[in-house]
Amino acid sequence: MLYREAGQFKASYEADQQIFPILQDRVGVLLLIGFFALVVPLIADQYWLKAILIPVLIFSLAAIGLNILTGYAGQLSLGSAAFMAVGAFGAYNFMLRIDGMPFLVAILLGGLCAALVGVMFGLPSLRIKGFYLAVATLAAQFFIVWALVKIEWFSNYSSSGVITAQEIEILGYAFDGPVSKYLLTLFVVVVMALLAKNMVRSTTGRAWMAVRDMDVAAEVIGIRLMRTKLTAFAVSSFYCGVAGALYAYTYIGTVEPEGFNLDLSFRILFMIIIGGVGSIMGSFLGAAFIVLLPIALDVFVPMFLGDLVSSSFVSNLQLIVFGGLIVFFLIVEPHGLARLWQIGKEKLRLWPFPH
Amino acid sequence: MKLKKTVILGAAIAGLLGSSMAVAAEQFIGLPSYRVGPYAAGGSGIFGGWIDYMQMINERDGGINGVKLAWEECETEYNNARGVECYERLKSKGETGNSVFQPLSTGITYSVLDKVAKDQIPLVTMGYGRTDAADGRVFPYVFPLITTYWSQATTMVKYIANKEGGTDKLKGKKIALLYHDSAYGKESHAVLEKMAERYGYELTKLAVAHPGNEQQSQWLQIRQLRPDWVILWGWGVMNPTALKSAAKTGFSREKMVGVWWSGAEEDTVPAGSAAKGFTAAGYNVAGADYPVIKDIETNVYAKGKGNMEDKSRVGSVYYNRGVVHGLITVEAIRKAQEKFGKGKALTGEQVRWGFENLDIDDKRLAEMGATGFLPPLKTSCMDHEGSGKVKYQQWDGSKWNVVTDWIDADKELVRGMIEESAAAYAKEKGITPRDCSKEM
Repeated sequence: MLYREAGQFKASYEADQQIFPILQDRVGVLLLIGFFALVVPLIADQYWLKAILIPVLIFSLAAIGLNILTGYAGQLSLGSAAFMAVGAFGAYNFMLRIDGMPFLVAILLGGLCAALVGVMFGLPSLRIKGFYLAVATLAAQFFIVWALVKIEWFSNYSSSGVITAQEIEILGYAFDGPVSKYLLTLFVVVVMALLAKNMVRSTTGRAWMAVRDMDVAAEVIGIRLMRTKLTAFAVSSFYCGVAGALYAYTYIGTVEPEGFNLDLSFRILFMIIIGGVGSIMGSFLGAAFIVLLPIALDVFVPMFLGDLVSSSFVSNLQLIVFGGLIVFFLIVEPHGLARLWQIGKEKLRLWPFPH
Repeated sequence: MKLKKTVILGAAIAGLLGSSMAVAAEQFIGLPSYRVGPYAAGGSGIFGGWIDYMQMINERDGGINGVKLAWEECETEYNNARGVECYERLKSKGETGNSVFQPLSTGITYSVLDKVAKDQIPLVTMGYGRTDAADGRVFPYVFPLITTYWSQATTMVKYIANKEGGTDKLKGKKIALLYHDSAYGKESHAVLEKMAERYGYELTKLAVAHPGNEQQSQWLQIRQLRPDWVILWGWGVMNPTALKSAAKTGFSREKMVGVWWSGAEEDTVPAGSAAKGFTAAGYNVAGADYPVIKDIETNVYAKGKGNMEDKSRVGSVYYNRGVVHGLITVEAIRKAQEKFGKGKALTGEQVRWGFENLDIDDKRLAEMGATGFLPPLKTSCMDHEGSGKVKYQQWDGSKWNVVTDWIDADKELVRGMIEESAAAYAKEKGITPRDCSKEM
C-alpha cells in the first residue's frame, strides 16, 4: 500500500532514467536530506555534530568507496584506510604548496591522487583474484603508510610526521564552526553518494557487476577486463581519498599516517559487510552501526553496571557485546542491514493486506 | 555516577528548602581511558593509579579546599576517532566543564590539539605528544609536562657518557638506536644526530616495524655492527622481544638503555630472565614504599575503594605514573584555586593558569610524600615542560631499582630546537606567539 508502484507510469526517457524511479523513494530521500541539512543543524548540539554525525558521514563515504570495489566489482580490498591517507596527505600538500588553492578542488585533487595510487595497486587484480588480491591490497596498506612516514616531504618535514589541516575557506567564508563543517561534509557526501548511486546502474556499474559475477563470461560478452577492474579501483580509491581528506579537514584536524592503519581498513570492511555488500544505502547503515554502537555501549553499559563492576570489566564487556551483536546480525541477516530495509519495503508494498 | 546523583539530590533538596545554601562544589575531570586493546596494560595501570590518587584526595582531605573531585571514564581503545568522541563527550560535563584532558596517546593528542585552544581546556601530555608544545607562547593550552622525548634523548646520551666515564669518551663509540618505526620512534632522530655531531659517536638507526615481534634481521645487523650501546625506543610487545633477541644474540642487557615506554614491569616480565640488567628511563619511579602510595593504601584500598583489580600492581611503574598524573593535576587545580578563589569549581581556562604556574619544589614534594618519586617541577608561560629530569632504573629480574639520581636534560640544545619547531608551526598556522612578559 505504502510502497505501491502501480500507476507510476514513465512517459519519457528522463522519467525512466532517474536515480530513484519510484516516487516514494524520491520523496523519502528528499525528506531525509532535508532533515539532515535543515533540521539537524538546528537541534543537534556540538557533541552530536562533531563527534557523531561528521564521522558517520565520512565513514559512509569511505564505505561507499570500498563497496564500489568489493560489493560491485567483486575485488576484495584491505587497503581502504591507506587510500584515505593518500587523500588526506594529497589534499594537505595541494593546500600547502599552491597559493589560493580552493578547498573543494584540493579535496578532489587529493581524491585523484588516491585514484592514481589505487590504479597502481589495482594492477595485480588483472592476474590474481579473491584472497590473493586481498593480500596484494594489504601490501598497499602497509606500503602507503610506511611511505608517508618515511618520505618527510609529504608531511612538510614535520618532526613527528603529522599534518595539521589548514583552515577551510570557500569564497571568503570560513568553515570553522561545527555546523558549517557538518553542512560541508554533508554536501560532499550527499553529492558523491548520489553520483555513486547513479554510476552503479550505468554502463560502468553494470560492467563491474558482470565482472563480479563471472569475469570470464563478462569478457566473452565484450567487457574489457582491464579497463573495468582499473576503473573500479580508481573510482573506489577516489571515494576513499575524498573521505580521507574530509577526515583530516572537517573531522580530526591533525592526522598522523598511523591513524590510517590496517585496523581502520578492517573497520571499513566490516561496515560494508554489516551494512550490505553491493548497496549504497548499506554503506550508510553499516558506517552508522560500526561507529555508533561502540559509543552507545560506552555510554549505556557503565550507566547500568558502573557501580557494580570494575571499569576494566565494563570496557571488556563492551567489546564482547559489540562482537556478539555483529555475529547476531550476520546470522539473522547475512546480506546486511540494507537487505532488512529491502524486506521492509516489500512488506510495506503489500501492507495492510499480506498474502 | 553516584557522585553525580548525590549532587542532583543535593540540588533538589536545596531548592526545596528555598535556602541559599550552596551545593558543595565539584571539579570535574574527564578521563579518556583505555582498558582494552593492545595497550590496555599501560592504560589500566595509569588510569587506575590516577583515579586512586583522586579518590585518596577526596577521602583524606575531603577534596581540594573542600572541592571534591569528580570524574568519568570514557573508553578510547587507543583509537583516534574514539578519542575525539570522548573529548567532545566529556567537554561540557560537570559544573564547569572538563578541567583537563590527558589522553595518554600521541594520536589522540594530535587529534585534539587544535580543539583545546578553542574550547579552553588544557591538554596535558606527560612524557609523550608534541615536543615543541613545550613552547608555551605558541601552544598556550598544551603542556608536555615534566619531560619530552627530546629531553629524554639527551639524558640517554648523558647516562651513556656517565657509564663510559665522561662525554669525551663518547668519541668513536657506536650507538645503535632500535626504534619503533612510527612517528613516535622517529621523534628521537634529530636530537640524537645533533648530539652525535657534537660528541663524535656513531649513530646507527634500526627501524622495527609495528608491532615489533619480529626483530631477527635487526639483531643480525647489531651483531655485525657490534655497537657499544643499544638504545631501545620501543613500544608494547616490541620491548620484551628486543630483550629476548638481545639475549639470543649475546648482546649484554647492561648495555641496553630503554625509554620510559620500554621501562615498565609489562616490558620486562614477559622477557623473563633475558630482561635482567636492562636499564630504562623514567620520569617516575617504581615502588610502593613512598608515603604517597601508603596514603592511597590506607585511605583507598583499606576502605575497599581501590580501582585496581590486581592490587599487586600498586607501586608498579605504570601505576605510579598514574599517581603522578593525579598528583600534578591536583596541584594545578590547587594552584589555580589560590588565584581564582578557594572552594570553587574552576573552568578549564582557570585550571590552565594553574598548570602554567606550577611550582612543585622539594619542600612541596616532601609535603606530598613524593620525595624522589617524581622530579621537582616549575612551569611558566615560556616553558610548559617544567623539568626535563629523569631517573634510570635497572631491572634485577624481579623489580626495578633506581640506579641514578635525577639526570637533567641538555636544556640549551633541546630548547633551541623546540623554539625553532614551534616557530615553524606558528608560521604555518598563522599563530602570533604570546608575549610572555605580559602574562602573570
